[in-house]
Amino acid sequence: MNEMTPVKTTLKDWESDQEVRWCPGCGDYAILKAVQRTMPDLGVTPENTVFISGIGCSSRFPYYMETYGFHTIHGRAPTIATGVKLANPELDVWLITGDGDGLSIGGNHMLHLLRRNLDCQVLLFNNEIYGLTKGQYSPTSRVGTRSPSTPFGSVDRPVSPCAFALGAGARFVARGIDVNKNLSATLKEAHAHKGTSFIEIFQNCIVYNEDVFEPFAAKKTADDTQVWTVHGEPLLFAKGEKGLALDTDKLELKVVDVADGDWEAAGVVVHDQTNRGLAQMLVQMPFGDFPVALGTLYCDPAPTFDSAVGEQNSAASVGKDHDLQALIGQGQTWTVE
Amino acid sequence: MASTAETIEQPREEDASAVVVRFAGDSGDGMQLTGGQFTLSTALEGNDLATFPDFPAEIRAPQGTLFGVSAFQINFGSRTIRTAGDAPDVLVAMNPAALKTNLPDLVPGGMVIADSGAFTDRNLSKAGYEENPLEDGSLEGYQLLSIDMSAMTLEAVKPFGLGNKEALRSKNMWTLGLALWMFDRKRAPIHDWLKTKFAKKPEIAEANIAALDAGHAYGETAELGYAFQPRKVAAAPAEPGLYRTVTGAEAISMGLVAGAQLAGLPMFFGGYPITPASAILHHLSRWKQFGVTTFQAEDEIAAIGAAIGASYAGSLGVTSSSGPGIALKGEAMGLALVTELPLVIVNSQRGGPSTGLPTKTEQSDLYQAVYGRNGDAPMPVIAVRSPSDAFDCAIEACRLAVQFMTPVMLLTDGYIANAAEPWKVPDLGGYSPFPVAFHETAPGEGEKFNPYARDDKLARPWVKPGTPGLMHRIGGIEKSSSTGNIDYSAQNHQEMTRLRSEKVLGVADHIPEQDIALGDASDTLAVVGWGSTYGPIHQAVNRMRAKGRSVAQLHVRHVWPLPKNLGDLLRGFDKVIVPEMNNGQFKTVLRDQYLVDAKPLNKVSGQPFRIGEIEAAIEEALDG
Ligand SMILES: Cc1ncc(C[n+]2csc(CCOP(=O)(O)OP(=O)(O)O)c2C)c(N)n1
Ligand code: SF4
Ligand SMILES: [Mg+2]
Repeated sequence: MNEMTPVKTTLKDWESDQEVRWCPGCGDYAILKAVQRTMPDLGVTPENTVFISGIGCSSRFPYYMETYGFHTIHGRAPTIATGVKLANPELDVWLITGDGDGLSIGGNHMLHLLRRNLDCQVLLFNNEIYGLTKGQYSPTSRVGTRSPSTPFGSVDRPVSPCAFALGAGARFVARGIDVNKNLSATLKEAHAHKGTSFIEIFQNCIVYNEDVFEPFAAKKTADDTQVWTVHGEPLLFAKGEKGLALDTDKLELKVVDVADGDWEAAGVVVHDQTNRGLAQMLVQMPFGDFPVALGTLYCDPAPTFDSAVGEQNSAASVGKDHDLQALIGQGQTWTVE
Repeated sequence: MASTAETIEQPREEDASAVVVRFAGDSGDGMQLTGGQFTLSTALEGNDLATFPDFPAEIRAPQGTLFGVSAFQINFGSRTIRTAGDAPDVLVAMNPAALKTNLPDLVPGGMVIADSGAFTDRNLSKAGYEENPLEDGSLEGYQLLSIDMSAMTLEAVKPFGLGNKEALRSKNMWTLGLALWMFDRKRAPIHDWLKTKFAKKPEIAEANIAALDAGHAYGETAELGYAFQPRKVAAAPAEPGLYRTVTGAEAISMGLVAGAQLAGLPMFFGGYPITPASAILHHLSRWKQFGVTTFQAEDEIAAIGAAIGASYAGSLGVTSSSGPGIALKGEAMGLALVTELPLVIVNSQRGGPSTGLPTKTEQSDLYQAVYGRNGDAPMPVIAVRSPSDAFDCAIEACRLAVQFMTPVMLLTDGYIANAAEPWKVPDLGGYSPFPVAFHETAPGEGEKFNPYARDDKLARPWVKPGTPGLMHRIGGIEKSSSTGNIDYSAQNHQEMTRLRSEKVLGVADHIPEQDIALGDASDTLAVVGWGSTYGPIHQAVNRMRAKGRSVAQLHVRHVWPLPKNLGDLLRGFDKVIVPEMNNGQFKTVLRDQYLVDAKPLNKVSGQPFRIGEIEAAIEEALDG
């Protein structure tokens, strides 16, 4: 993201002329709309915006944005984004990836992107399945997932994308749901953050993993199953009747009942988005006993990779001879008359 | 002195003015440093030279072992030198293992200078000697100079109060001092170099200088006999101008910077450490003042990915590796090729397959370069033939990449990367710039921008993200030739495949025709080479022509597409042989392209060709 004079655009300015080709009912549509709707609020221009993706259903995304776009190869979008941003730090870079693309084949690149803190937004569409290749289980699929390649159920334990991101040193970690109206607000916060902003978006693959998130994503039960984190606000859910408090013996969170709105008495923790330890606890709460934590879970800016590289490039050039002819003629030389 | 075994009875005129010296010791003995400094003093003396550093893959192999031997060979003379020399005339052996592994290469009657102090029982047994070869008469066929260099070094550095281990580190400087005396060289430049190198540890600098001087003084005062008198090798005739020594890795790095400048672009270099390619990453990362950004990526895929991203954003993307890393880059090369972005990929070849021989040289990645991607995926391939040639080749690779909007593979190898030779510093003003014009005009009302529109070279427009009115999407999925949108149709894929192929073949219209390096088109036999075999082929053809044999040398720089006249040239010879440090790859390409009966001459020992080997093959081809 960049600081520049806000530019006025409308939703239409961000829609390309390409026909969107996801399966009808796919969660990708909602995410696309949320992004296109959010862009005018960011005050940026389409020409200065680049969407870079890997391979997967989700990675078709750039074709539908009227911006610069690069649909690259499976898992490697972080590498291309790194080159783009280092070559031109003025560009506003968005990375679109899937759970397979970003955490399986591209897991290593994701790790390094996050630890380097390249200034960009990462939207990881987590549908807990390989959509494009017709439904094999993915590294985020739960144990027991039946798929064409695991007809008896998967046996390997899944990775938690946000726990991975925090472990890799990410400075901005958030969660959203494809169809949830809050996604736009999270996108804005991600864009405002300088550095790699990692957003896991629970995305419904209607064909191969339908409603896998329904237990916590369903609107009807959302009050009880979702806790939306807001910096400086207590971690409450169930219409304020429940909250998250610290179990000091176990050093983990616990669900407490809040009587008469007195959350302080119940020991409910106030969300501090700069607290990495709290973020770790929030992303690792097992769903069922706990609600799912959503929104901006962690945000604590640090110098970005692109600015550090740029600064070193300039500093290392100061006072140096810029004459290439001098460089090639340096060292121990001799002259033949 | 003669340079090959078979020519010993009849010393050649041309060889009398050249000497081959090999320094060999334990990998901890500092032989590469000794060799490097001896090279410098040789260059300053005005001799022409070529070097061959040959070291083990292990960083510190166990001391005294045969596989831990590190060697540095230099061939220098008062005439043009093309190779590091077939067989050493002088072998400096710092321990029994070095003697054992290198003695078989020495010319009969050659000189052995050995550190008797290192020929201890323990070292002898590690090298598999039952008797001490310095004492048992087994070196009778050679001129042996056995000196306790270890003891003399310890004596010389005594005033500096170093520990025994530290003090013995200066042994290589004692050796260098003796070598400087032997070839009548100045010590002052080495003194200066030591003072700079150890500026922070003056006592170490002084100790090394004392050792160097002691080695030199030893030569002067000890009565070593006629064979060991100092000899002066006269300066080689050379064109007037400013000279320096250069390794292939240095020359490629500088050439890439020059290429980016001639294109008017900042350069982005993505790399991941691998022998022998790392040197390029090291050089470039020091030159940020030339608009170079370097990026040590998490792997070779990330290195090329970032380079592609940088090219997409308007820099000249460059990536470099060696065979195993180039294999990892394969898929991304296809992406660069199909999105038609400029990119230079440098492959410093080493012995393969797999990890192979990391520190040994080979030319076995030619198929990988020309054919090694999925799909019909042609890209230009340029092969460097020597350290000094590397500069021009790197510029040429940059030119083709930006003019044709294509990835270009630049092939060099471990031998070229590490070897040094004198280089006449070129005048950059003599190179024609090839400035890039980014496409910036937005389409008119009702028109649409087609990112796959083409110019007369079939190159597509290069648009930098950030340009208003030209937003578009590219990617690895096949795109319509007329709109740039996704298009899977059969007809379009046929057309795009044809266009990609024709564009790359069209490069042949913009490169020089193939010349004949030696001899002419009416000769009977053509010896066709590419890459670092240039030197030994040149010498061999030269010698055979001097004997009156009808043989010519063709050396191909543009390996793909091949120069347009190459087929006709080859068909004009009765016989064609192709010496290669692989199992016959270029030979196969030539046979495929021209249906010529090219015969292979293969060597995959990790060592460069000897001139004698090629001479023998020429003789056999002509007489057989
Ligand atoms: C090198 C390579 N290996 C495998 C594939 C096949 N492939 C394409 S997408 C994909 C998985 C996609 O899953 P995910 O990233 O979760 O994206 P989704 O389709 O679910 O959005 C695979 C295995 C490929 N394109 N390239
Ligand atoms: S397969 Fe699943 S993820 Fe892919 S487009 Fe269809 S519904 Fe969406
Ligand atoms: Mg998926």
